[in-house]
Amino acid sequence: MKLLALQRRMARAVMAPLTRSERMRRFTPNGRPMSQVAGQIIKPNDRLTSFERLEIYNRQYWFRVLDGFSEDFPGLRAILGDRRFDALAKSYLTECPSRSFTMRNLGSRLESWLRKHPEHAPGRHQLALDMVRLEWAEIEAFDGAAETPLKPEAFVGADPAKLRLRLQPYIHVLDLRYPVDDLLLAIKHDTGTDVASNAFNERQKRKKISAAARLKPADVCLAVHRIDFFVYFRRLEREEFAILRALQKGRTLDRAMELGFRSSAIPVDERASHVAAWFQNWAALGWFVSEKGSSK
Amino acid sequence: MPANRFNGFTAYGVGIGLRAPHYDHILSRKPVCDWFEIISENYMIDGGRPLHILDQILEQYRVVQHGVSMYFGSAEKPNREHLRSLKTLVRRTKTPWVSDHLCWGSVDGRYTHDLLPMPYTFEAARLTAQKIREVRDYLEVPVVVENVSSYAEFHVSEMTEWEFLNEVVERADCGILLDVNNIYVSSQNHNFDPFTYVNSVPAERVAQMHIAGHSRYRKYILDTHDHPVIDPVWKLYDRAIQRIGHTATLLEWDDHIPSFDEVHKEALKSNKFLASASLAAAV
Repeated sequence: MKLLALQRRMARAVMAPLTRSERMRRFTPNGRPMSQVAGQIIKPNDRLTSFERLEIYNRQYWFRVLDGFSEDFPGLRAILGDRRFDALAKSYLTECPSRSFTMRNLGSRLESWLRKHPEHAPGRHQLALDMVRLEWAEIEAFDGAAETPLKPEAFVGADPAKLRLRLQPYIHVLDLRYPVDDLLLAIKHDTGTDVASNAFNERQKRKKISAAARLKPADVCLAVHRIDFFVYFRRLEREEFAILRALQKGRTLDRAMELGFRSSAIPVDERASHVAAWFQNWAALGWFVSEKGSSK
Repeated sequence: MPANRFNGFTAYGVGIGLRAPHYDHILSRKPVCDWFEIISENYMIDGGRPLHILDQILEQYRVVQHGVSMYFGSAEKPNREHLRSLKTLVRRTKTPWVSDHLCWGSVDGRYTHDLLPMPYTFEAARLTAQKIREVRDYLEVPVVVENVSSYAEFHVSEMTEWEFLNEVVERADCGILLDVNNIYVSSQNHNFDPFTYVNSVPAERVAQMHIAGHSRYRKYILDTHDHPVIDPVWKLYDRAIQRIGHTATLLEWDDHIPSFDEVHKEALKSNKFLASASLAAAV
């Protein structure tokens, strides 16, 4: 058998979902006995059959990717509960296996996949989607590129009709239907406990799940950013969000302002002071980089 | 073979794997450690804290890159994005050599994130060697390949694992990262004499050694890197050092990671064997 053919055959078996009891399935999706598939490529030894040897890799694959996925989405787990989360993780990773050399990108397609699979979050689909967006933004903000921040004087006096300000590549601005930032912070605070009691941990877990279930919708605009290499969530006013989103899309400052205040309730005569305060904050946080930012 | 063309003519001593739970200890206490091995993929990112930490480590310590997903043995071409990102990191760390595993783990662009065993065939040796050459030429640093632990053997194999290793490194003209724990684990899983393996390795190509702990199950051993090194592995290491000479040695500890001092102390046990090899060479 040629190398490519053997690797395809083995990868199919290794990446095939496990049974409920976390063993290798007895049959392939087209009904072929897995013992036959294993027997054709793998030698048995005096202790293990071909099936059992292949099963070691099959189980390791799933334990590894499920562990990595769980670490990346603790908020989604809290919303769905362990049983539903595990089912979602297995379905997602079966349909969207890793296409990256790094496990960091395991969840990169989760948002788009979950949009098409509301059945995995019955009654909480929007909440689950919001949490996935937030948790993925957090991953991106953690190790995204940073460029040299623009000094405020670089854009003071510039023509707003021509000025295009870019945001730091690590910043993600999100408009959410649920305040999942508070929930995620609470979950992370809980998991930071060093109490070793299983009963305590179980109670904490149940508390988290019920807190998630009680979470009421509330529109939230959020910037996921970082300061001194730590990721933070910053609540934004709706206009602030719209301006930043427009700037991220490459609009001129003029156009971004126009879009930001399009349906704003902020009285026209108060807008200038809002804008001044926002810009002061954004610049202080080093959010702006020049159009041709130098990588750092 | 303390320094050779496969490890950039360096003469490193005993190092440990750089792991996140030890960051604070290393940066605040600045313990003496000859060198650190990093998992390349953990730092093949665009920015953020991991790179910030790495830069601080690089200011004070020697760092060598060890990869887990180049998959020299995968039948597909090297991933260009992976190569670009790896080269960026190589320039940052100035690693004297880059290591990765003699295994496969991806096919048709899908990644298992595992170190899957090779079929020991001449076709696989040829393709693997070609890929190692391509990667080395692109990265412009010596590339060394590590033998992996395995739990399965293929019917199509045409040679032993050590013959395959020799075939690949000769064809690729590359170095070897000899992992004696992996040899021990595979010898137990496949019923061969680990000393035959160690005695068959071309000593002049060994650039680095790995030692580690593992977990024994009823019917097989799993390479878990979560225990101290056991005596039979030290004996194998001793034999390898006698043959190869004083070689850069690294202890891997990746799960249930104890304190920095405990990991370092375990690694430094190898000094006993390295010293006797140096003495023997001097005599």
